Amino acid sequence: MKRSLFIGLLTASSLFAGTLARAETIFLSTQLRPIEEATAVRNVILKDLPAPVEYVVEEPPQFAVRMEAERQAGKHTISLVGALHGELSPIAAKDGFVPLDDLAEKLQGKGMPKALLDLGKLGKDKQQYIPWMQATYVMAANKQALQYLPQGADIDKLTYDQLIEWGRKMQEETGQPRIGFPAGPKGLMARYFQGYFYPSFTGGVVRPFKSLDAAKGWESFKQLWAVVNPNSTNYNFMQEPLLADEVWVAWDHIARLKEAVTAQPDQYVIFPAPAGPKGRGYMPVVAGLAIPQGAPDEPGAKTVIEHLTRPETQILTAQNVGFFPTVDAKLPSDIDPGIAMLAAGVDATQHAQDAVISLLPVGLGDRGGEFNKVYMDTFQRVVIRGEPVADVLNEQAAALSKLMGDAKAPCWAPDAASQGACPVE
Amino acid sequence: MQNIKKTWIPYLLIAPSVIFLALLFLLPLIQTIWLAVSEGGAPSLANLRTMAGDLNFRLAIRNTFLLALAVVPVQIVIALAMGSMVAKVDGGRETILWVWTIPLGISDLAAGLLWLSILQNSGYLNSLLFSFGLIERQANWLSYQTPIALFFAIAVAEIWRGTAIVMVIIVAGLNQVPKEFREAAEVFGAGPWTRFFRITLPLIKPALQSALILRTVLAFEVFAVVYALGGTNMPVLVGEAYTWQNQNQNYGVAAAYAVLIMVISLAATLVYLKAVRVDPERLP
Repeated sequence: MKRSLFIGLLTASSLFAGTLARAETIFLSTQLRPIEEATAVRNVILKDLPAPVEYVVEEPPQFAVRMEAERQAGKHTISLVGALHGELSPIAAKDGFVPLDDLAEKLQGKGMPKALLDLGKLGKDKQQYIPWMQATYVMAANKQALQYLPQGADIDKLTYDQLIEWGRKMQEETGQPRIGFPAGPKGLMARYFQGYFYPSFTGGVVRPFKSLDAAKGWESFKQLWAVVNPNSTNYNFMQEPLLADEVWVAWDHIARLKEAVTAQPDQYVIFPAPAGPKGRGYMPVVAGLAIPQGAPDEPGAKTVIEHLTRPETQILTAQNVGFFPTVDAKLPSDIDPGIAMLAAGVDATQHAQDAVISLLPVGLGDRGGEFNKVYMDTFQRVVIRGEPVADVLNEQAAALSKLMGDAKAPCWAPDAASQGACPVE
Repeated sequence: MQNIKKTWIPYLLIAPSVIFLALLFLLPLIQTIWLAVSEGGAPSLANLRTMAGDLNFRLAIRNTFLLALAVVPVQIVIALAMGSMVAKVDGGRETILWVWTIPLGISDLAAGLLWLSILQNSGYLNSLLFSFGLIERQANWLSYQTPIALFFAIAVAEIWRGTAIVMVIIVAGLNQVPKEFREAAEVFGAGPWTRFFRITLPLIKPALQSALILRTVLAFEVFAVVYALGGTNMPVLVGEAYTWQNQNQNYGVAAAYAVLIMVISLAATLVYLKAVRVDPERLP
């Protein structure tokens, strides 16, 4: 299961070692790390630039350490960084980025949505990053699973009750739990709780953390977990158990389903995550481009940003790596069928009538990891260890409340706006 | 003049290693300790409190100690048996030793992945059991629902990986036991067990002590094999340090774990130094 991950890590570090001594514009990214994707970036996406760009990848934890080390040492080698919203936030909290308001203005004029651009301010006055590509999380199902779908259920309008019923039926008929979640050490399960579970059951993320609705939601999640493959706490990328036929129905980031879907587009269907009593929660994923303070080649970096946000390049990016445009760009019809399926799934998610959008956390600074930990610890205690829901929610709510207070982070959607730190009610 | 020269030459010769260790070991060590017991530049026990209050803290301590207790004695016994057996072999001794030490050349992560390929759902073990008709479908060995199987799997992988180093040290110790002692005991009618417990074991005490210290310290640092096989299903101390550093991005708590591991390792070393007393005359 984890092999590909470690191989990725090895290649990432070896690639990195070989590129230090060059004097070109260095573009460091935590995204598009796998060798095929990195090669596509180098040979296709960045090909037409006038000046050469060195594309270097780094795992997120090492990225954070490296950026902090360069900031403390005052010796900068990196001119441009590409990373997720949450990975850029701690650096922006330390004023580590060059403001990009001029670029933002230009891009808004060219049709980049203002809501998306505003995410790039990370709660500050100035533009910290430029939205580069976006994605979200969807569900994937093996077509073998569809025969067990409960009667009357529409896969694009699935509810949690129907998902539980579906899972139960698959387990009874095939003798194995067939639903899977990426709850392993490198999985994105925390995002499931923040962007899907909580908004669907409570209509919020932080405020209603220990509400009655939340308690009901956790009870229902326990029922779901009874028909979830217990190896889920080992899964990091759901494409692997899907391809191994160990799991038939899975929730994950589109980039972590892509391999399965593009390898066998006829074998899978992509559909939005289920809806709870408060709607169908979903969380966009935004990767941004930012220029570190003290970057050796700021003008070069700006040229690269302009290149990457051009509609043609954005389409090229979607075609090659399966992340979707942040600007107004229509995908061509001859795109890879797997990518087309993912794009349709994203579209169905975004345009679902009962959609509840959950924005990315803003203002947590370097506490994003601990924010995730609150949700994962709650999951661990309620679902895996079977502790009483009310007690766990009360204790974890105290931890969450302290965290929000320490970070002084105001509420973000779908929670109602707050004056000062977001309260846990 | 000659004498003065003689007194400072040894210091000059060891200076590079002392400076090297001070720069690359002592300095980071002090920084780590400071990171653990400070918050925002002021002394504070907040990190230690967060560590001790964390939901995985007790589990990690329990698992790490259980693993060390399960793995180290088995490794010592196996290594003693292997060492004693190979001592009787004349032809091909080197080849046997070479084969036995193969796991030494494999990194712990690779060892973990190797065992993962055996024990995962679609792994070799399940295939074998299935082909014998012992199981009807893939069985889970490494999930949170099978903690005993998971513990056993990790222990076996650790024993497989770490016994060679113990054996190498013990074989070196056994080689230094003079033949005459054994022959003399044989003349006086001592059986093989008596010879082993009364002659061999006391004489290899220094080697045994080194092997115990080395293996136990390494056992407290167990990580990659656990991570590869169980992910976060079985928390251990180093794994928690890693999670706090990388996932939670809280370097203070990660440092607190690192300091805790160091304290436990030092304590274990002291216990061995006292418990397995070595005759001072046998020290170099």
